[in-house]
Amino acid sequence: MIEIKNVNKVYLMGEVEVHALRGVSLQIEQGEWVAIMGPSGSGKSTLMHVIGCLDTPTSGSYRLDGAEVSGLSDDKLAAIRNRQIGFVFQTFNLLARTSALKQVMLPMQYFRDGARIAASERKRRAQEALEMVGLGDRMDHRPAELSGGEQQRVAIARALVNDPTIILADEPTGNIDSKAGAEVMEIFHRLHREKGITVVMVTHDADLAAQAERTVRLRDGRVCE
Amino acid sequence: MITDLLENLRVALDGLTVNKMRSGLTMLGVIIGVGSVIGLMSIGEGAQASITQQISDIGSNLIFVMPGGSGGGMPGGNGGGSLTMDDAEAIADSRSVPDAATVAPQFGQNAQVIFGNENINVSVTGITPEYQDALSGVEVVNGRFIEEKDVVRRSNVAVLGYQSASDLFGGFDPVGQKIKVTLPNGGGRVSLTVVGVLAEQNSSGMSDPNEIVLTPITTAQTKMFNGRNSLGKPIVSNITVVAAAEDRADAAVDEITTLLRDRHGLDADEDDDFMVMSQGDMLEMANQITGIMTAFLGAIAGISLLVGGIGIMNIMLVSVTERTREIGIRKAVGARKADILIQFLLEAVVLSLLGGLLGILLGVGLGKLVDMTGLMESLVTMDSVLMAVGFSLAIGLFFGIYPANQAARLNPIEALRYE
Repeated sequence: MIEIKNVNKVYLMGEVEVHALRGVSLQIEQGEWVAIMGPSGSGKSTLMHVIGCLDTPTSGSYRLDGAEVSGLSDDKLAAIRNRQIGFVFQTFNLLARTSALKQVMLPMQYFRDGARIAASERKRRAQEALEMVGLGDRMDHRPAELSGGEQQRVAIARALVNDPTIILADEPTGNIDSKAGAEVMEIFHRLHREKGITVVMVTHDADLAAQAERTVRLRDGRVCE
Repeated sequence: MITDLLENLRVALDGLTVNKMRSGLTMLGVIIGVGSVIGLMSIGEGAQASITQQISDIGSNLIFVMPGGSGGGMPGGNGGGSLTMDDAEAIADSRSVPDAATVAPQFGQNAQVIFGNENINVSVTGITPEYQDALSGVEVVNGRFIEEKDVVRRSNVAVLGYQSASDLFGGFDPVGQKIKVTLPNGGGRVSLTVVGVLAEQNSSGMSDPNEIVLTPITTAQTKMFNGRNSLGKPIVSNITVVAAAEDRADAAVDEITTLLRDRHGLDADEDDDFMVMSQGDMLEMANQITGIMTAFLGAIAGISLLVGGIGIMNIMLVSVTERTREIGIRKAVGARKADILIQFLLEAVVLSLLGGLLGILLGVGLGKLVDMTGLMESLVTMDSVLMAVGFSLAIGLFFGIYPANQAARLNPIEALRYE
């Protein structure tokens, strides 16, 4: 469960203070599917980063599954990203010159704290994740050899492979055609339905947002409904 | 822990193989650096070993007495004629130097020696029959050696070194032939009859013992070169003394020093006007000189190793900038600072260590190449190999830590946004 209370985020852009989030409070239940909408500069990306533990709030409280996250060290945040959160980005963010299988194995490489995964097990899990997104026959392909939709599905497999409780998707269909986009959305539906994963999706597209259970609108760093 | 390291190593190797050309060229800097360190040091060590061997070969009971003080004067020069035949005879007197068994005075210079159309420049050395007893390896293969009667009569006879004989006479027998020695400073020519030829000797050193013309010392002093000092006494270039036993060499050095100081009338506060060196002294001196030479060569080569290290740092910095997005992705999926640091540090270390290992091969190859030319010998020591490996490891760590730290400190959000 994600509990955000009165979170502020202030950036320093040179000399100017930018208030990206102004007192945002938000609660997302485990297994919920929430869309975050808002115009550019509304703070939705910053909110995503805070929820994804890529960034820490300037003030306010963020509790993830009951544990306070704000104020944790970089390494603790890295461990949370590794174990509990899967990211899907608009631009896929795959490693160039690396096969799909190795992309998906990447998060397991950073799975530490005494619970190491053996190499054969990593491979098995990565294959399983790729099959789950329908890329069982594309495992040895590099990103350049895959279509946009396929690349995004590799990214989803990578996000899934450590069994996270939350998937954070930032405009996941923004860079792919509508047919591939529909396939990606279908995968999110399945994850949500079958695995009970919390999905938080940032989007411009009202049709996509309509597929979520709930929509949170942001404007000027504030939640407006 | 070990599996972690192997895992990180694999990631580092992956990172390097992605850009093989660049990794290879970066490594080349280290390869050349380490190769030249190993190669040049092997030449230095080889020179040291061969000089040490040469000095050891002459026997540890040998003592060399030369004119000129330790403070001034060129060793091997005539040192203003401070060392005379009388000095040599006094050293040979067992009452004053009981630990000297054989005393062999020499007097000579380089000169032009002619036979027929052949013309060579060799050391023409005046000696006494004791020369053969003092120096090992001096054997006559043809004819006879210089004898006492030649010295007494100042005979115009010569014994040729192996190489000089074949240079002047080619295949045929030199014994009984007359050779001409051109004297320095327009002193005309002296004709010598060849009475013997020496056997070939090992010539690992700087001067070839086979290129020599031996003649009676009295002949050299009176008929050929200016062999008298201002008092009209016949002088010598050096005296080779054989100590009675190896463990008496130091005692003999002391006895000779005391005797010569007394004979030359030196006061207690005056420096010696001669030099007495045992084989041990010469070894020490030679080791010191060649040691400095080796260190000097190593230091010059070390500069190229440093340049190689800077090359690594440069390419790692480029790599970090270029792979900013990759770093962001790795951080987003849970890589910690230490993971990124180790990844990039290992890449630098793998580059430098691999370069170091290839460089050792290159250095050993260089040494072998030098061996093949026959001019010098090389010797690759374990020390220099370990030093090169240690150095390349240190260079990888030193020049890798800064770029790796830059990578580890990147903010994941900014890194992901990096275009």
